[in-house]
Amino acid sequence: MFGRLTFEALPHDPIVLGGAISMGVVGIIVIALLFYLKRWKWLYKEWLTSLDPKKIGVMYIIVAVLMLLRGAADAGMMRVQQALSSGEASGFLASDHFQQIFTAHGTIMIFFVAMGLMFGLINLVLPLQIGSRDVAFPFLNSVSFWLFVAGMMLVNTALVIGEFAAAGWLAYPPLSGIEYSPGVGVDYWIWALQIAGIGSLLSGINFLVTILKMRAPGMTLMRMPVFTWTVMGSMILVIFAFPILTATLAMLSIDRTLGMHFFTSDFGGNPMMYINLIWAWGHPEVYILILPAFGVFSEVVATFSRKPLFGYKSMVWAIAAITFLSYIVWLHHFFTMGAGGNVNAFFGIMTMIIAIPTGVKVFNWLFTMYQGRIRFTSPMIWFLGFVVTFTLGGMTGVLLAVPAIDFQVHNSLFLVAHFHNMVIGGVVFGYMAGITYWFPKIFGFKLHEQLGKYAAYCWMIGFLVAFVPLYILGFMGATRRLDHYEASTGWQGLFVVAGLGVAIIGLGIVLQITQFIVSIRQRKQNLDTTGDPWNGRTLEWSVPSPAPFYNFATLPAINSRDAFWKTKFYKKSHEKPAYTSFKLPKNSPFGLMIAGFAFAAGFGIVWHIWWLAALALVGAITCFIIRSLDEEPEYTVSASEIAKLDAGTRS
Amino acid sequence: MKYIEDSKTTLGFWIYLMTDCVLFASLFATFAVLRNNTFGGPGGNELFSLPFVLLETLILLISSFVCGLAVVSARKQQKDRVIRLLVATVVLGLMFIGLEINEFRELAAEGNDWQRSAFLSSFFTLVGTHGLHICLGLLWASFLIVRLSTSKLTGTTVKRLFLFSLFWHFLDIVWIFIFTIVYLMGALS
Repeated sequence: MFGRLTFEALPHDPIVLGGAISMGVVGIIVIALLFYLKRWKWLYKEWLTSLDPKKIGVMYIIVAVLMLLRGAADAGMMRVQQALSSGEASGFLASDHFQQIFTAHGTIMIFFVAMGLMFGLINLVLPLQIGSRDVAFPFLNSVSFWLFVAGMMLVNTALVIGEFAAAGWLAYPPLSGIEYSPGVGVDYWIWALQIAGIGSLLSGINFLVTILKMRAPGMTLMRMPVFTWTVMGSMILVIFAFPILTATLAMLSIDRTLGMHFFTSDFGGNPMMYINLIWAWGHPEVYILILPAFGVFSEVVATFSRKPLFGYKSMVWAIAAITFLSYIVWLHHFFTMGAGGNVNAFFGIMTMIIAIPTGVKVFNWLFTMYQGRIRFTSPMIWFLGFVVTFTLGGMTGVLLAVPAIDFQVHNSLFLVAHFHNMVIGGVVFGYMAGITYWFPKIFGFKLHEQLGKYAAYCWMIGFLVAFVPLYILGFMGATRRLDHYEASTGWQGLFVVAGLGVAIIGLGIVLQITQFIVSIRQRKQNLDTTGDPWNGRTLEWSVPSPAPFYNFATLPAINSRDAFWKTKFYKKSHEKPAYTSFKLPKNSPFGLMIAGFAFAAGFGIVWHIWWLAALALVGAITCFIIRSLDEEPEYTVSASEIAKLDAGTRS
Repeated sequence: MKYIEDSKTTLGFWIYLMTDCVLFASLFATFAVLRNNTFGGPGGNELFSLPFVLLETLILLISSFVCGLAVVSARKQQKDRVIRLLVATVVLGLMFIGLEINEFRELAAEGNDWQRSAFLSSFFTLVGTHGLHICLGLLWASFLIVRLSTSKLTGTTVKRLFLFSLFWHFLDIVWIFIFTIVYLMGALS
């Protein structure tokens, strides 16, 4: 009846139990608050069933920030363990638990923090930036978001019921095979990623079609804002990379459940093929995350330097080059596998070549600042931190691209420091800058500047204190994922320093939370009444803040790059705009329901509760069919209504 | 506006088909790596019967052709003809999937199931994934038939029929690759 699920699955370890109980308590408090404030109906109508990309974007970011807290807690536990566990001392975590923690940390940070922040920002900004009222497929967008949530729920369920994977964030076989990981952990990992990954794939299709088909009249491709360009590159990567992940996870899963032999070490299976397949997805994935962050910085630097972006065309070509090249570098993740000198040389050279368009971008940003009238606002502080740390990470990346050097530092903490350099210094700083920059457009008031700056400084200093020691430790031979080492190695001091660094980052996170609370309390002082708080250049700043649900009362006509900036130099005409009626999607609960069924199906497969999985699958398909029977999924906003609404926001 | 509406869905569906293409490409690549890893078990030349697979192929090709005729009839607003042709498409599709299930059962009965070797794992997965897509297509087509018999041939239904035919032709092309790479190259090696 319940497959592998028994009472044994509930947590016994006191630390896991503590985590599970605190999660439960927070959940109960939230639910109780919703009843107390009678907000259920509001939550359901205004948020959970909404197809407005701005609201979906906000929900993405809330989920991602919550997951950032969990991922950061995991990071803190690993740092404490490694700082303590030298020689006689064995730290406070059992090795099995430690392995689950580093697996969860990687999985959560990439799939549920970085991807969530990215899709959140794209949802918030992209339609506004291209002068559109919506995305191409609003219902699909809601399905994508809720599938992302379903995946996130599966990862967190693993904390309470059963266990999480202990095979690293990419679950290399044969370790992740049924022979060496017989528990449910790897299955949780597979189905969380599979469900969230299908959501990402649908989003990729959705946003690419949005960019290609829904730009405002006159916005040719070469007039698009650079953020839009980077999203386009990123979504093309999603479209071609995520199906590989789907196929690979499916194969690993049927290896485990049906006894197939794709990646087993007997019966002719080939574990190395998994490593090829997962990185053929995994390398594009890191560019999927970083490209939109590049886009954010392109907007931020141009706005706060009060200059058009330097070298727009070279920027676009650099994005295109990165998009293409990121497909032919995946083998640099396993030079040591033994593919042979010529193959390694090819991938090493390709990896060095991809640094060139990235370098072009860095110089473009710096030249944009040159002779600009720079305002050192908090997004700009994030940018400056990014330039320093990202360039550092780029250089260690080029070092790692040399196969001979890679053989020395493969799987060492040097590598760990390198990719955190790119992901924290690049992706996280980028999305933090983006959230600060576009916050007033969505909520109508700015975030507290000073606290934002302090948080950014904490992140930057904390990052360096935490990861420079890891570079050194890597050179000293410390491998990744160690839960214990000998005192004679002399590593403990550096691990303690790295732990301090994480504490400083933690302080940065506390400051950011404080920033949100203070900003909400003092919102009256930071109201954005103009819709253009930063003296912006692109279309999103031409509408009032917070952006109305219809985005644009009349669709803007574009005749140049930075179209909104140019209109600032003409006198505004006082003629009444010619309003026309348009359609917007009605709310739909089916995205939420489909994801609920997906979660149940995932849970059923993890625990081998086959009737539940089958039932949930039928439920999800039924939801799709019922939804497709709806002949009127949209409502019309008439010309007179929009005239009234528009007059209201402009007065 | 109508035109933009339609072109969005069509483009989106094409892009979806391309993602499916990458999915199949991954499975084909896996098959290519594992096709000689029989682990002492039988290889393709001992297992596959080409006349049988040719029959399967012809049935699927005819089904695709009939589906194309249905789209032509829909453009001419001949609703009854569309329904008849779609029913024929579904019947042919069912025959194909029946033959495939039979092939799988026979293989398994002789002890050559997917647990036998990596080659057979990749064979069952690649061909089975195609079969699963065919099943989804059959479900979609049956749904279209029900919709058509209870309502008029409106713009939306014609669009959905057109998308279905894209899907069906796409699966046909994938099958041609399976026929060539899995069966022909397997039987002749």
